[in-house]
Amino acid sequence: MATPEDNHYAKSHEYVHLEGDIATIGITDYAQKELGDVVFVELPAVGSVLEAADELGSIESVKAVSELFSPVTGEVVEINEALAENPALINTDPYGDGWMIRLRVSDPTEVDELMTAEEYDEYIEKESGH
Amino acid sequence: MSDSTGPLKTTPLNEIEKELGGKMVDFGGWELPVQFSGILDEHEAVRTRVGVFDVSHMGELTVKGPQALELLQRSTCNDVAKLGHGRIHYNGLLYPTGGFVDDILIYENTPDDYFLVVNASNSDKDYEWLAQQAKGLDVDVRNVSAEYAQLAIQGPDSERVLQPMTDVPLADMKYYRFGHGTVDGAPAIVSRTGYTGEDGFEVYVAPEHATRILRKLVDGGVKPCGLGARDTLRLEAKMALYGNDIDDTTTPVEADLNWIVKLDKGEFAGSDILRRQKEEGPSRKLVGFEMIDRGIGRHGYPVVDGGREIGVVTSGTHSPTLKKAIGLAYLPLDKSAQGSEFTILIRGKEARARVIPTPFYKRAK
Repeated sequence: MATPEDNHYAKSHEYVHLEGDIATIGITDYAQKELGDVVFVELPAVGSVLEAADELGSIESVKAVSELFSPVTGEVVEINEALAENPALINTDPYGDGWMIRLRVSDPTEVDELMTAEEYDEYIEKESGH
Repeated sequence: MSDSTGPLKTTPLNEIEKELGGKMVDFGGWELPVQFSGILDEHEAVRTRVGVFDVSHMGELTVKGPQALELLQRSTCNDVAKLGHGRIHYNGLLYPTGGFVDDILIYENTPDDYFLVVNASNSDKDYEWLAQQAKGLDVDVRNVSAEYAQLAIQGPDSERVLQPMTDVPLADMKYYRFGHGTVDGAPAIVSRTGYTGEDGFEVYVAPEHATRILRKLVDGGVKPCGLGARDTLRLEAKMALYGNDIDDTTTPVEADLNWIVKLDKGEFAGSDILRRQKEEGPSRKLVGFEMIDRGIGRHGYPVVDGGREIGVVTSGTHSPTLKKAIGLAYLPLDKSAQGSEFTILIRGKEARARVIPTPFYKRAK
C-alpha cells in the first residue's frame, strides 16, 4: 500500500490528515502490519484535550500492545465507534475506515513538524533495516 | 529466552519461509517467522483445517545404553518405565530444587534407546545437565539437534494431507505414539504430537529434505503458520511455555502439572520437595484466567491485592477461538479456586480477572 501523500506522519507511526482545523488520526499501514491482527483499541473520550505527544490510547493486537500518541494538540471531537465492533478495520483500511479519532487542532501549523509521506517512507525503510 | 549476540541462527527452512512471505523475527536467537498470512487466519486454519509449522529450532537428544532408563528416571518426574516401544510422554527434567531444567518429550524406542525433544533455547543446557548426571552410569547422551529439521503438521485434516507422503500408517497411530519410516522418500520419525491442542503430527527429517517437504505440503493447501499462532494455539490448550509459565524457579506441582509427577516411581531430582508440596499444598499455583474488564493481562504483569503484588501473569493473549482475553498466572493457593476474582495491573491500571477451568479449548474427539 502506498503511503498517502496528503497525510502527515509521526515517528511513532500515527498519521494526521488535516482538513481545515479537523485532524483525522490513525496508524500507518506499516504500523498495522507490524502489530498484526488488532483485537481492540482504547480511545479517549470525546471532549478530552490532548497535547502533542500525549498518550491518546492503546491498541492491542493478538501478539502485543502498543501505546498511541497524539501527533498534534487539540480537542477530541469524534472517535471511530466502528472500531469497537470491528477493530480489524485498522488492518484492512488503516487510512480509510480504520481511522481512530478526530481532533479540532489548536494550531494547524503544528503538522509542519511531522514527516511528509516521502520522509516517512525513508524513515520506515531505515527502521525496518531493509 | 536468551539474549542473542551475533548473527541469528537459521533453520533449514529459512529461505522458503521468506519466499512464502514469512515475517521474520528474533526468537531466542533464532530467525523464525512470527506469521505469514496473519495470526488469526493461521490459528483458524489449524483449528478447522490444517497448518504447518517449522519447529526445527527445537533440540533433540539421544540417551542410549544399558542405564538409559535409570538416568531418565533419576532426572525427571514422570515415570519413564511406563512408556514402552513407540510411545511418547511429556515430562519435566528437574533440578534437585524441583525447578525445571526444561519440559521435554521422551520417545522410547527401547528401554536402552530414547529420543528426547527439548526447547530450542535449552538444548545445550539440557545436554550438559544430562551428561553430568550420566557420570558413573553406562549411558551415552548426545545432542543430535543439528541432524534434524522438524515440521509440525497440525489440524483436523493433518492425517489426510500427510498420509499420501509417508509409509508410516497414520490411521492406526494413537495420540503420543510414533513410528519410523519415510516422508516424501526421506527417512523420518513421525509422531502424533503437537503444541496446538489439535490433532496433528510432528515429522523429524534430515535438514536437506525439509524444504522439499514443506513446499509439497503448502502446494497441497496446508497453510504455513508462524510463532504467533503457535503461541495462541498452545495457550488455548494450556500447554506450558518454558521461560514464560515455567522455569528453573517453578516446580511441576506449582505449575499444576501434577499429572506428570509420579512420586511412586522412586527417588528422583526434586522428589522430596515435590512430595512436600503435594502434601502441604504449594504456596502458589498456576491458574487459567479470563479477563472481566477490558484489556489483556500479558506476560510479566503483576497480580495485585490492595496495592501489594501477590502474583504474576505468565502468559496472556486474545483467544481467537473463544474471542476473549485469556491467560495464565501464578496466584497464592488460597486465591486460586475456580471462580475466584483477582486484579491484574495492566500498564498502571487495575483490571479484574477470574480463574476459570483449563484447558480453555478442548477439541471434540
